[in-house]
Amino acid sequence: MAEIRIENLHKSFGDFVAVHDSNFVVKDGEFLALLGPSGCGKTTTLRMIAGLELPSDGAILLDGENVTFNRARDRDIAFVFQLFALYPHMNVRKNIGFPLLAQGVPAAEIKARVEETARLLQIDHILDKPVSGLAGGDRQRVALGRAIIRRPKCFLMDEPLGTLDAEFRDVMVRELRELHLRIKATTVYVTHDQLEAMAMADKIAVMNKGVVEQFGTPQEIYNNPATLFVADFIGSPSMNLIKFEGAFRQGDNFVSIAGTKIAVPQISADLAVGKRVLGVRPEHFRFDAKSLIRAKIYGTEYLGTTQIVALEMFGAMVRARAASDLNFTVGETVGVTFETARLSLFDAETGKAVKTATTKEAAHV
Amino acid sequence: MSNISLQNVSKSFGAKKAVSGISLDIADGEFVVLLGPTGAGKTTTLRLIAGLEKLDAGDILIDGSRVNDEAPSGRDVAFVFQAYSLYPHLSVYENLAFPLRAPARKMAESDIDARVQDVAKMVRIDHKLQNKSTKLSGGEMQRVAIGRALVRDPAIFLMDEPLSSLDAKLRGDLRLELKRIQSEIGATLLYVTHDQIEAMTMADRIGILSDGVLAQIGTPREIYEKPANLYVAQRLGQPHINILTPDMIPAQSLPAGTKHIGARTEHIAIETVAPSKANGSIDWIEHLGDQNHLHLRAGDKKLVALADPFSPFKAGDAVHLTLKSPLCFDQSGNRIG
Repeated sequence: MAEIRIENLHKSFGDFVAVHDSNFVVKDGEFLALLGPSGCGKTTTLRMIAGLELPSDGAILLDGENVTFNRARDRDIAFVFQLFALYPHMNVRKNIGFPLLAQGVPAAEIKARVEETARLLQIDHILDKPVSGLAGGDRQRVALGRAIIRRPKCFLMDEPLGTLDAEFRDVMVRELRELHLRIKATTVYVTHDQLEAMAMADKIAVMNKGVVEQFGTPQEIYNNPATLFVADFIGSPSMNLIKFEGAFRQGDNFVSIAGTKIAVPQISADLAVGKRVLGVRPEHFRFDAKSLIRAKIYGTEYLGTTQIVALEMFGAMVRARAASDLNFTVGETVGVTFETARLSLFDAETGKAVKTATTKEAAHV
Repeated sequence: MSNISLQNVSKSFGAKKAVSGISLDIADGEFVVLLGPTGAGKTTTLRLIAGLEKLDAGDILIDGSRVNDEAPSGRDVAFVFQAYSLYPHLSVYENLAFPLRAPARKMAESDIDARVQDVAKMVRIDHKLQNKSTKLSGGEMQRVAIGRALVRDPAIFLMDEPLSSLDAKLRGDLRLELKRIQSEIGATLLYVTHDQIEAMTMADRIGILSDGVLAQIGTPREIYEKPANLYVAQRLGQPHINILTPDMIPAQSLPAGTKHIGARTEHIAIETVAPSKANGSIDWIEHLGDQNHLHLRAGDKKLVALADPFSPFKAGDAVHLTLKSPLCFDQSGNRIG
């Protein structure tokens, strides 16, 4: 297994910059998710690591060795694509064993390793079945088996769950993570689905327009988004971004929005008057009839354990998460407070987070 | 607006029974969502009501009159599909006006204009009326498609996964909008989806379909809290409901005959204890930001439960699990408590 080191990686297609000076390290045994909307450069980054695309500038080191210009087949990696291609005329056993057969591994060893791999993926009971009759999940497991059996230094996965329906995706997310916990292979996983990234990854690199906007653990990225883009992209519903104008002084512990004082974590920067944003996660709203912050109920969405309450406040629509046994009437006015310690502040002019007592050292890249 | 009544409706395609004996009444102004996996019979049911498929057996009544043999155009229903299917060469305005320009309507230009402006405001696309329909984002195109169904003021709206090609955030916005529009105009709406969130958040009542059969119909809360059987219980809830056997985890007084237990996250109490007192352990923790999913192990069974993201649980912890009034099912999967 191996460490992947990305140094000043850059890729242009003509005038279009797909990846802009990326730097990050995937430690040995770590699971990294490259997360972002389509066109953000995540797949291009992955393809450069795989050797399917050559960088315009920068270096890729695999276990300390510079592989930037090595051919794909000379890098010890396995690539799992969204559409899993299996050999339709072979059974499960032969599909999984094929990469070893191609390398000329003796039959007895192939047999042992196929069985070991199948046990790992819990598909040992279907080894002698044809792949044509298999359900989607089992097909994906066979495709994974074919990638794992070579024991490569690392795995690269490009939206491997993209085509599955929601219910089944949850099952596969869990299986992939549990497989990772068993084999601890260095993994780079590309997805546009923030829930997949949050659920599986040790680290997430959030990409936007070719730039890695934040690199950190799922909790760091969720609790302390470094930019407005990250704040908006992570979370479902996403962070509420309440716009206002104001000046900040170091040591301030409130902001004023539309004449209402709102307590925030202590601000550790001086900023002249300008456009600012208060970031509130839906679960950090509290309902309190006595609060001076008033909001009008626009609608509610029942989710079983919780409900999402859409509210109009400060001239905008926000979404709060509340226990599902609270009753709200559309059109009614309610009082709202926030969980102060969990609030984020942004400078809308730069798009970056404003440092406060609760933001750890900002993870700008 | 109108009501719909399905009475013992069946439809087969060759040997495959797509819909078998569905009876369902949808009241005037009601929003009903049919939820089920691919192949459950959702779309066929819609197409039968629209008149795009012919019934094998049963009756369909719209506003009390039997429409079995009525052509689609005679049923006064509007259909919104997953694909937006707008006229690419026309502006947003002309797309919205199109259904009103049908010769049979003989509608005056000023009436058409008033109606288009009204509907455009309702679906919040009035600022883009002069845009080409191809110059819109996915969410805007779907607003126009919904608007085009609205202008006709039909008796019934039928919608087949209209939001499933949109990204997650837009879907969230449009869910809320669609619900608002529906209640504003008091539309009778039948909506099919395989997305439990759409069903839970929009429906007055949800119908759960399984292999062409209506397994249960009720309010989202009824379906979630009082599922008729194991199949229905597994259609709603995130994380997915845990299905257990009665002896696995201690619980107070289960009804006699309980063979399966359905434990949603709110039915499981978790306590960290010394390993000697534990009946389970935490395998790993999924950090989803607003909440953590605890992946637990009890004996050889895996479970998932929710925990506050700032709770002290960590992977490897020994825990004691107890069930708090879980759902109980008998041998054949019917709920008995």
